[in-house]
Parts: sequence; C-alpha cells; structure tokens
Amino acid sequence: MINEEGKPIPGAEPIKAMEAMAPRYNGLGAGYAGYGIYPKYKDFYALHIMLNDKESKIAVEDFLKSNVNVEYDEPIPTKEVSGVQDSPIVWRYFVNPGPAGQSSDQALDPDDLIVDLVSRINSGFEGALVFSSGKNMGVFKAVGYPWDVAKFYRIDEYEAYLWLGHGRYPTNTPGWWGGSHPFNIIGWSVVHNGEISSYGTNKRYLEQWGYKCALLTDSEVFAYLFDLLVRRHGLPIEVACKVISPPLWKTIDRTHGDEGKLLQAIRMTYADALVSGPSSIIVAINGMKGILGLTDRLKLRPLVAARKSEMVYIASEECAIRSVCPNSDEAWTLKAGIPLIAKMEGGPS
Amino acid sequence: MRITAKGLSFRALNQLIRECVQKGAREIEIVEVNGQRYIGAGIDSHVIIVIQGTPGNDLGAFAQSPKIIVYGNAEDGVGNTMDNGEIFIHGNAGDIVGYSMRGGKIYIKGNAGYRVGIHMKEYRDHFPIIVIGGTARDFLGEYMAGGRIIVLGLNGSDEEIVGEYVGTGMHGGKIFVRGKVCEDQLGTGVGIRPMTNEDWAEIKGLLTEYCAVFKTSLTDVLENSYTKIVPTTYRPYEKTYILT
Amino acid sequence: MDIKSGHTAHSKNGGGTILSHTTIPPEFLVQIDPQKCTQCKRCVVECSFGALQFEDKLIAINEKCSACQRCVTFCPQSAIAIIKNPQAFPEHATWTEKIQRDIWKQAETGAILLVGNGTNLPYPTLFDHMLIDACQVTRPSIDPLREPMELRTYIGKKPPKLQIKVEGPKQNGGFKLETPISPNIKLDAPIMFAAMSYGAVSLEVHKALASAAKNLGTLMNSGEGGLHKDLYPYGDNIIVQVASGRFGVHKEYLETAAGIEIKIGQGAKPGIGGHLPGEKVTAEIAETRMIPVGTDALSPAPHHDIYSIEDLSQLVYALKETTNYKKPVFVKIAAVHDVAAIASGIARAGADAIVIDGFRGGTGAAPQAIRDHLGIPIEVAIAAVDDRLRGEGIRSEVSLIASGGIRCSADVAKAIALGADAVAIGTAALIAMGCRVCGRCYTGLCPWGITTQKPELRWRLNVEQAAKRVTNLVRAWSRELEEILGALGMNSIESLKGNRERLRGFSLDHITLEVLGIKPIGK
Repeated sequence: MINEEGKPIPGAEPIKAMEAMAPRYNGLGAGYAGYGIYPKYKDFYALHIMLNDKESKIAVEDFLKSNVNVEYDEPIPTKEVSGVQDSPIVWRYFVNPGPAGQSSDQALDPDDLIVDLVSRINSGFEGALVFSSGKNMGVFKAVGYPWDVAKFYRIDEYEAYLWLGHGRYPTNTPGWWGGSHPFNIIGWSVVHNGEISSYGTNKRYLEQWGYKCALLTDSEVFAYLFDLLVRRHGLPIEVACKVISPPLWKTIDRTHGDEGKLLQAIRMTYADALVSGPSSIIVAINGMKGILGLTDRLKLRPLVAARKSEMVYIASEECAIRSVCPNSDEAWTLKAGIPLIAKMEGGPS
Repeated sequence: MRITAKGLSFRALNQLIRECVQKGAREIEIVEVNGQRYIGAGIDSHVIIVIQGTPGNDLGAFAQSPKIIVYGNAEDGVGNTMDNGEIFIHGNAGDIVGYSMRGGKIYIKGNAGYRVGIHMKEYRDHFPIIVIGGTARDFLGEYMAGGRIIVLGLNGSDEEIVGEYVGTGMHGGKIFVRGKVCEDQLGTGVGIRPMTNEDWAEIKGLLTEYCAVFKTSLTDVLENSYTKIVPTTYRPYEKTYILT
Repeated sequence: MDIKSGHTAHSKNGGGTILSHTTIPPEFLVQIDPQKCTQCKRCVVECSFGALQFEDKLIAINEKCSACQRCVTFCPQSAIAIIKNPQAFPEHATWTEKIQRDIWKQAETGAILLVGNGTNLPYPTLFDHMLIDACQVTRPSIDPLREPMELRTYIGKKPPKLQIKVEGPKQNGGFKLETPISPNIKLDAPIMFAAMSYGAVSLEVHKALASAAKNLGTLMNSGEGGLHKDLYPYGDNIIVQVASGRFGVHKEYLETAAGIEIKIGQGAKPGIGGHLPGEKVTAEIAETRMIPVGTDALSPAPHHDIYSIEDLSQLVYALKETTNYKKPVFVKIAAVHDVAAIASGIARAGADAIVIDGFRGGTGAAPQAIRDHLGIPIEVAIAAVDDRLRGEGIRSEVSLIASGGIRCSADVAKAIALGADAVAIGTAALIAMGCRVCGRCYTGLCPWGITTQKPELRWRLNVEQAAKRVTNLVRAWSRELEEILGALGMNSIESLKGNRERLRGFSLDHITLEVLGIKPIGK
C-alpha cells in the first residue's frame, strides 16, 4: 500500500491486511518492507543484517569499517514471540560510502558501491546476510506467520508512506530467514507470488552483470533485474516491465510503428531477462517513492488493486484490501503483463 | 437465519452454514464476509444464501443446488466445478469463473477476469450458463465442451469486451458477445458465425432472467448486434497427434 | 509411386519421386503356415486392426500388425507366427531403425508421435540393481507359511503423536484416546490399483478392477474419466479422481468413494494432461465426461485453478469442505527432479496421501517425446521424498504410494523398503487381464477388449474372469511378500517401511546410492 501524498501509514494496517489472507500462508516465511521509516537518517543507506553469532558480527563490522562510513548502528528492536524461533542477531547500520570505499581515480556511483558491498557480504561471509540496503527504508523478515513476524519486529511501532507485506508458502526452495520475502537491493523491494520456471536462465544472466543470487530463492531475481534494467541500463520502469513480462510474439507482430519495433528489440536483447512462470509481483521502486504491481502475461496468479483518495492498495486477494479499506472509490484486477504504477506526486523519478 | 462472519475462519463459517441447512433453513444471510473461502461448497439443498461483503475463493465450488447471492465483489474460482444451482454476483468476479461447470447459472453484474468458463461441459439437462454484464478477459471459454457464455459489455468502459484466445480448443457449446469481436481475438478451432433466429430466441430466453435479477432493461440489452462464436471443428487437435 | 512395378511417378512441379507412407517397411510380418492353415478365418475375425483379410485366400496386411498376439492365441491350428520384419536395414548406431521410422512418420504428417503403455527405452531399472537382505544365524527368519504375517496398511494422515487421558481405574481400562484421527482407508495388503480412466479402458475393465478390489480389501482408482453408475455400489473400494479436465466430477461422485485424488500429473507424461482420442469417445463416454461424441478429450496440462502451491491447498480444502472432511484427499504427481520439495509442499497443503508416479508409468495415449524423456524413476523419487518429509518432521502427515513400472512382488518390497506405504499397479493388472503390451491403446482397437470402447471388442473381456485373474495376481504377490518378510525376520509390513538398512545396491554409483540411502553390496 502507498499513500500518494506521503502521509504516514501506521504498521498496524499492513498487518491487518495480511491477516485476512491467512489460508495462503504455511508459516514458513513472512516479511514486511516500510519506506519512510528512518527520517532521522534518511540520507544514509540503512543496512539490515542477519548475523549467526558474535564472531560473524565482528567480521562483518570490520569489513564495513574498511569500506564505508558507519554513521550509527544499533540492534533492530525485536520482541520474543513463540511463533518465531531460532532468530539470528538482527542489526541495522546507517552507512555511506566514504572516501575509504572509493578508488582514488574515479568517483563511483554510491548505489553501485553499496550493491557491490552487499554482494560481497552475502557471498563472502558465511554467517552474515544483508537483507535490506536502501535509504530511509527497511525490510523486516523471518520464518513464521505474518502476524508473528510482525510482532517479532514490532512493526506496529513504525509508520511508513509505503508498505509491502508477504506470507510465504514455499515449494521448491526451503523456508529459511533469508528466503522470506521481500527481497531487496538498495531501494528496490519485491514481494512475489508464484514460480519462476526461468530461474536458471535469469540467474546466469544476472551473474554476467555481477549479481550473485545468494538467497536460494527464485524470487530474488526480480529485485536484481529491476536494479539492472532501470538503474544501470536506464530503462524507464514501464519498459523494464515489458522486458520481464513481454507480450507474446503474436501480439508484437500485430503492433506497428515504433512500439512494435521497440517490443521486438526488447525481446531480442533481453531474452535472458524474460521471467517465465505464473507470477504476480509488487515492487517498491528505487528512487521514485512509488510502487508497482505486475503479473505474468497469462495472468496465472491473482492481483487486485483499489484506490481511496490518496491511498492505493495492491494485493493478492480483495479481502486483504477490504479489511483495511472497506469502501474504496474504485477496485479492479490488474491486466496480464500490464503494470500498475502508483507514486507520490512530485516524487523524484 | 443470520450469521455474522466477522472473525470466523472459513472452516467455522462453513460448519455453521451446514448446520443451518441441516436444521432446515430456507434462507441464510451472512454479513461482514471478508475472504472466507468455499462458502456454499458442495451444498445440495435448495437453500438461499445471501452474502454481504467479499466472499473468498471457490464460492459455491462443487455446489449442487443452492442459490447464492452476493452483494459485493467475489474473488477467484466462483462456481468451480459447479453441478447445479445459481450464483448471482452484484459486483465483479475474479478469474476462472465456472471452471469445469456442469450445470446451473452464474450471473455477474460487473466484470469477470481470465479463463472464464474454461472447460464447461453439458449433457442433456445439465446445461450450464454464464452471463457477464461487463467485460471478460483472455481465454474466455477455453476448451469449452458445452453450455453457454454471454458477455454483454454493458458498463460502458472502453476496454475490449472480451480479450484474446477466445474459445481456444472449444469443441462444444456457444459463446455470444454483445458487440464486435475480431478474428484475431479467437483461439484455435473456433469461428464467428451469423446469428440465426434460433440463436436470438435462445439469447432472449437466457437474458430475460438475467435482466430481471439485475434490473437491466431487456430491450436495451437485445438492441445490439451480437457475435456468435462456435467451434469450427469438433476435433481441433485431430491433426496434432499421429498414431504410431 | 508404384513400388512393385518400379515406375516412379513424377510430381507436376518437376522431378523427384513422391514419398508416401507405403514406403515405410512394416515392423512385423504375419506368417501363416499354409500346411497348417485350414482357412477357418478365425484370425480375420479376431484381428481388430484389420491386418488379416480374406479374399480367396488369407492376406496379411503387415503394416497394420501390432504384434498383439491375438491371432496367434486363437488360431486353432497354431498356424500363425508373428515375426519382426527381418528386412535388413543398414545398421547404424545413431540412426537406428526406430529413429528412422519416427522421422519418416513425422515428415509425412508434421504431427506429434502418439504412443501407449510405459516407456520402452533401455534406461537402467534401479529395482534390478537392489538386493534384499535375509536373516541367517544372527537374526532369525520367520516361517511365512505357518506364522501370522501382517500386510495390513492404513492410508491417510496420521497424528504425530497421541494424547491419552488417564481416567479412573475402572473406566475403559483406564485410558482414553483424546487425539482425533483423520479419516484413513484400510488396505488388506499394500497393493492398490492405479488410476486408469474410463475412456482409456473399457467399462468392463473398471468393473473387473472394482470387483477385484472388493475381494482383496484394497482400492481401485476411477482415473480422470468419471465413474460409471454401475460402479457406485463398489464405492468403498474406489478412489475417485479430480483431474484437470474435471470429467464426471460432482458431489455424488465424491461422496460415493472412499477417497478423492487430485491428479496433478502421471509418470508417463509429466507436465501434460490426459488424452483420450475422439475415436474412443462413444455415446457412453460422452455421457460420463459431458463432452460431444467423437471429440478429443484433451485434459488441460494444469488444473486451471492451480497455478501455485497454495492453490493446491485451496482445492484440497474445497474438496474437504464439499465432503465435510470425511474423505482422505490424495494428490497424485509425476516424479520429476524436485519431487521432494513438491511433496513437502503437498504434505503441508492438507493432503492425506501422495501418489508418486515414476517415469515408467503407463498410459493409454501420450506423446512419445514426453513419455520417453521426462520424469525420474520411482525408486529415487520415493527415497528422496521419504528423506525430505522425515527431515522436516512431517512424514506422518501423508501416506506415500509408489507407482510406475511395479512389475513383481520384489519391486513392491523394495519400494516399501525405500519408504513407500504402498504401491499402485496399472500395467501389471492389465497384463493379468490379457494385455500383451502392444502399445496401440490409443486406437481404441484393443483386440483384448481392454483399451477399447467398441462393443464387439469389449465383449471379449469377461468381467468375472478378468476380476479373478487380477485377484489371483495380487494374492500371489501378497504371498510372495509374506515369504520375503519371513526371510527378513519380520511379521508386519510396517517393519519394512523405509528400512533402507535391508537393501543393498549392486553396481550403482555412489551418488545414486546416496540418493537412495542404501549401502553397496558387501558393506
């Protein structure tokens, strides 16, 4: 959900919406992402890190100190809940790439530096996992039902202009803390319902661009694909959606002029980035203060949306929306492969 | 009888409904419904169930004979493998309405989603009917083997009344669309055929009740051109397989 | 082109011979011994493929012969021999005769090659690389002829533990069971009949299987074609199937049966749906399936309301709600690479049993490319699933049923030792009824009256006799199982379940041994 005027939404709201869809989860994972939750440190990258033990924490902190400026750090506030077991240490660090992290002869894009930093920690430190790395936002996830994970991370104590929520029902990959949704890289956070049958292909494509898929869960490729296509390749977000969920050739052949040419070029260039399989995703967009909802081209997973004044909701089932917004101004289902984008007016693109 | 669904799991709610039916209730009103699934599943008595709110997935799945009226939107799977009975939705419905429907009627005032009426079947007096007041999306009537689907496009949106791959693999039954459908939108093995007098009489018969339920004018609805979509071959995949 | 005269026809557009299917040499030759043949014409009547005709004399149309052995069996003079066409093809290890034939057919038609029965490619059969232990000296064996042997098996969800209330010493012996037990089905032996649809097989086959299941105290499966009314009295011994085509699915169908099976896939064709060619859709089939006569019944590949694992859970509960939680719900899947993860998802989705069909499973009709190249063997699938469910602490949530090429009682024992609760047999039961595995099931011309809907061919299968033969088969295997158990020093089948320790692998690489969880012989 997003408040297009930037007004804060209390954490109790996404929790209530998640409760309405209880039959969809099996307790093997859940998570939330809140945007606008760290106004005091809004210009710093907020790294949320899971750590197995004190040794891992020390090792990671040494690594951080030699690569970034750590402005402030503290434990992520949690509460003991019987439904969330075996929790790692969860800590947050507010950092900026300082001169220590840059090579002397070129000023590197800070986003690239952080993406690289996250990748190095996640693949290089066995007992550590960075699960959130954006500015003025945070992902909170664990193994458990959505209501228990919310209690654990004290979600009801936060306010955000944008919330994502997810409850997991894993199939092909095991349920583990790192495998819960949302998946995040810097300001991109993704929640996903479905299966990616093209995972092997997408993963190897992303590896060519330096992304390591360390989280054993197919859904993570969405986060990296958006980062690559939009932030690094500079594609408009609507075009990135066409890369990921393009129309069928039958439709493209019937599309004339510039649009047809573009679609053909997209499918030719970005064949490895096409994501196959029944999927619906909701993405918090990096650097835009916006949200998007998208389904696969055959619409094999549900996704509905509603608007009430400046609030826009996207969910797998209408009942989730109704539980927090009983009387919307309009409600509709998304169309296959056509993104719904909602963003704050005047928010930076 | 009246049931308040707020705070009830689907299992508890459906158990309550079954108990009411067993006690001989003729009409059950359920209020504050939000997301509970399988309401009316497998019910085989002539009870009327009125729902206020948003019922969850699989409303009336495998139902035999209840009449279910929803004041609100429904989610996915309305009338899944329904055998008989009636479901009237005063709102929109989601995807796979009437999947494998074998009889009975589903009337939707608003729009429906993808794969509506997929694999509907008929046999003699088991004759399912789906009527949609607004629009329907891709894969309408996919692999249909019997029954009737009518899409009316009454809500004045500028969306296409039906999507693509209409009737792909259809080998029985008929689809009527109130408006124009392009050949491009059709799936394999179906074609557009001219309306006959029998078709008009049939539509008039089917829509009379629909219009009464949703208080729409039958004359307005009939005063338009209709496209009839039927299978052009009864074995659309005959040449696909060779017997070794 | 006229082959015999040697003249070649030229197309109007220039040179070249026009190829037709008659240029493909037949696979089999029908050889009639003229000395013995009395021209009684019995073979002409018996051959349903039209390979034998009579015009002044007996003529064999070899292209139509499928080597089904019907004529051979019924010739009163034993005058017929069916031989493989010895026509010499230049031998080529890559471009084998079979490969060439397949290419010719596809060049002719542009179509998908359709086949029947399970795969015939020479992949190694893992069952044949496993040996079962026996007791000598250090462990006593048990005499199976004289001692009681227990093969009873319950299929369904079991609680992980029991809650017992201790009451006063005078009531009920002092203990009361508090834990509710989910509905289970009792089998007298761990051998069930696999799903074969009414349509793929005849009504007589269904009746024979139902009757045999009742005699044996086990279950048959309706398959995806619905259940004929005549079968309803056997409901307690029938599992009804809800497949993607939802043929014949309605409340009475669900209520009649002992259990309900959601068919996601089958081993012979993982990932695609059932296939009943229009040739076999007669008026009776059309009534049960509710589709027009003569049309193909191609079940969709997926259930259209199952596109993600939570949707499966949704269907499981829709069925349980419809039948008021009184029937166990099975889920049948094909064995594929990540079968263990899939089974874990299914177990958590509320299912009471998982039927896993290995890639050798049979079919009435499937594309050859799919049948021969997709899926994994049942042996590794059962081992992997059993390990995964135990590892996650949820093994008791579901019973596991293994199927796909179970050929004999030793296969049954090995499957159970690998972790299955029971097995399901399909092809073996049909062979007991007379099937010769000629693989022409999809034509609807089965001369043995098994996979046909033609009345004159169905009549050839005597229901009582077929039921008796199938009952005999399962009884024979049950006795052999008892012998095996005795040799193992067990008198209850539970002790064999998942007992990898009693299996050894013979000439298997160490990774396969690891997946199967068994030691190599000698260790």
